[in-house]
Amino acid sequence: MNIKQNIKTLIVEKPLKLDCGQTISNFPLAYETYGSLNNEKDNAILVFHALTGDQFVTGINPVTKKDGWWSYAVGSGKSINTDKYFVICANVIGGCMGSFGPSHENPKTKKIYGTDFPVITINDMVNAQINLLDFFGIKKLFSVVGGSMGGMQVLQFISNYPDKAKTAIPIACTSSHSAQNIAFNELGRQAIAADHNWSDGDYNSKNIVPDKGLAVARMAAHITYLSKKGLQEKFGRKLQERDDLKFGFDADFQIESYLRYQGSVFVDRFDANSYLYITRAMDYFDLVKQFNGNLSDAFKNTKAKFFIISFTSDWLYPTQENKDIVIALNAVGANVGFVEIESDKGHDSFLLNVPDFLKALKNFLDKSYAEKH
Amino acid sequence: MKPEYKIISDLIEKDAKVLDVGCDDGTLMEFLKTNKNANIRGIEISKKKVQICIAKGLTVIEGNAEFDLKQFPNDSFEYVVLGQTLQAFINPEIVIKELLRVGNKAIVTIPNFGHWKVRLNLLFKGTMPITNSLPHDWYNTPNIHMCTIKDFVRFSKIINFKIFKSLALINENVSDINNSNLIFKNLFGELGIFLIEK
Repeated sequence: MNIKQNIKTLIVEKPLKLDCGQTISNFPLAYETYGSLNNEKDNAILVFHALTGDQFVTGINPVTKKDGWWSYAVGSGKSINTDKYFVICANVIGGCMGSFGPSHENPKTKKIYGTDFPVITINDMVNAQINLLDFFGIKKLFSVVGGSMGGMQVLQFISNYPDKAKTAIPIACTSSHSAQNIAFNELGRQAIAADHNWSDGDYNSKNIVPDKGLAVARMAAHITYLSKKGLQEKFGRKLQERDDLKFGFDADFQIESYLRYQGSVFVDRFDANSYLYITRAMDYFDLVKQFNGNLSDAFKNTKAKFFIISFTSDWLYPTQENKDIVIALNAVGANVGFVEIESDKGHDSFLLNVPDFLKALKNFLDKSYAEKH
Repeated sequence: MKPEYKIISDLIEKDAKVLDVGCDDGTLMEFLKTNKNANIRGIEISKKKVQICIAKGLTVIEGNAEFDLKQFPNDSFEYVVLGQTLQAFINPEIVIKELLRVGNKAIVTIPNFGHWKVRLNLLFKGTMPITNSLPHDWYNTPNIHMCTIKDFVRFSKIINFKIFKSLALINENVSDINNSNLIFKNLFGELGIFLIEK
């Protein structure tokens, strides 16, 4: 497997006590960087990826050979301009792109962890990634940025390390996973568990993969990332390479074919157990509860300048949930800006070419960076 | 830049924490930042204008003053500015009360419906007045609660807030409004500028 040759890994020696009670140490944290760190070490941006993302933010992903997940936003001259900023992104723990996760071998049993891997949380992910600051000798990040689960990590990061970032940009996220969010994640997990190949998580030892279950999980999730209007405009009732309905259960409609394709390419790059662990981490995320019902307390010690962004057609993490974060920040007098971007592209808007979003992100970063120079 | 921005700026102390409600393209915010070193935030309903403000490096929240002032705790700001939009709200009374809850002081400017041109317009044309500061037709105007300088002074007594300072803008010149010249200023003032307190 020469795939691993393309993956940079920091071995975190310092013990990390997980929320579940277990302590891990000497664990791998896979990361990638773009651009260069300046002499003052004040131009670093830590990007957090979402559920199915990884550390390969932009350019060609050396493992999948496809464009990085945030190629629209990150790169030379782009919103997160790598000519100017030093971008760091790590694969979350629990993930499957080199960081400590369920597909790793348990040193005690010499077997792949599978579901013996400890349940991790957003808090754990963030506490693992803080080690990157010491590794690069960065005292304070210029910014922490992320969409969806990446946005949850932004919120948790500022709450845990209030003076470690000058600016914070949580995008299309929530401070507390809703019942609907949990419901969709549970649907995905049950699809995986219903695949006979899953074998209670022990598929690695049998050299099989629960690809059917994982593909269904991805298909269901994918629908939640799009809007009804967006789907209707892109696919409508268009038929897939045929003139008439075939009165069967093949993919007659383009939308069916599209979803099947999304499912099939996903299983090639993603580990089913990682999918279980990461969706669980999202479901457990409740920053409101962490602060006994008062979200404002999560931010009372920070001087970070916030910029919150939501999208009109995002029904998975709707504007109101993003606004709740704005309200909590205003209640403690934090410096917070907010904009809702007009887009038909649903929750996925933050990953796509949405000019108003990309412009706002760029302007906020560049103006904030100019302020201190 | 609108002529009243300089007047508003003169009413504000240096380094004050200020909220500009309906901050438009952020021109006043920038002016107060430069001239008064104000720690300034804005609320703006138009997405386009919020984008302009972000491009200027201003901290602005997209929102509606009628619903989104609620989120600020009492006395969050030393000054809250409401420029020429009071007449566009469904419930100006609630807005004024919210301004004075969120800020220690508020600066409210109103286009004066009592101006002689407005009066003549209605008197001689018999149609809803259209002037430079009120350019809309009756059916497409956002201004649903027009008032005069005199109305606003009365309003202060009815809903019980103090007018600390009242100024009239006439041909880009500013002058004090008091009880003895109110009738005159209400006829010639294009804009009323009021510094108010609870």
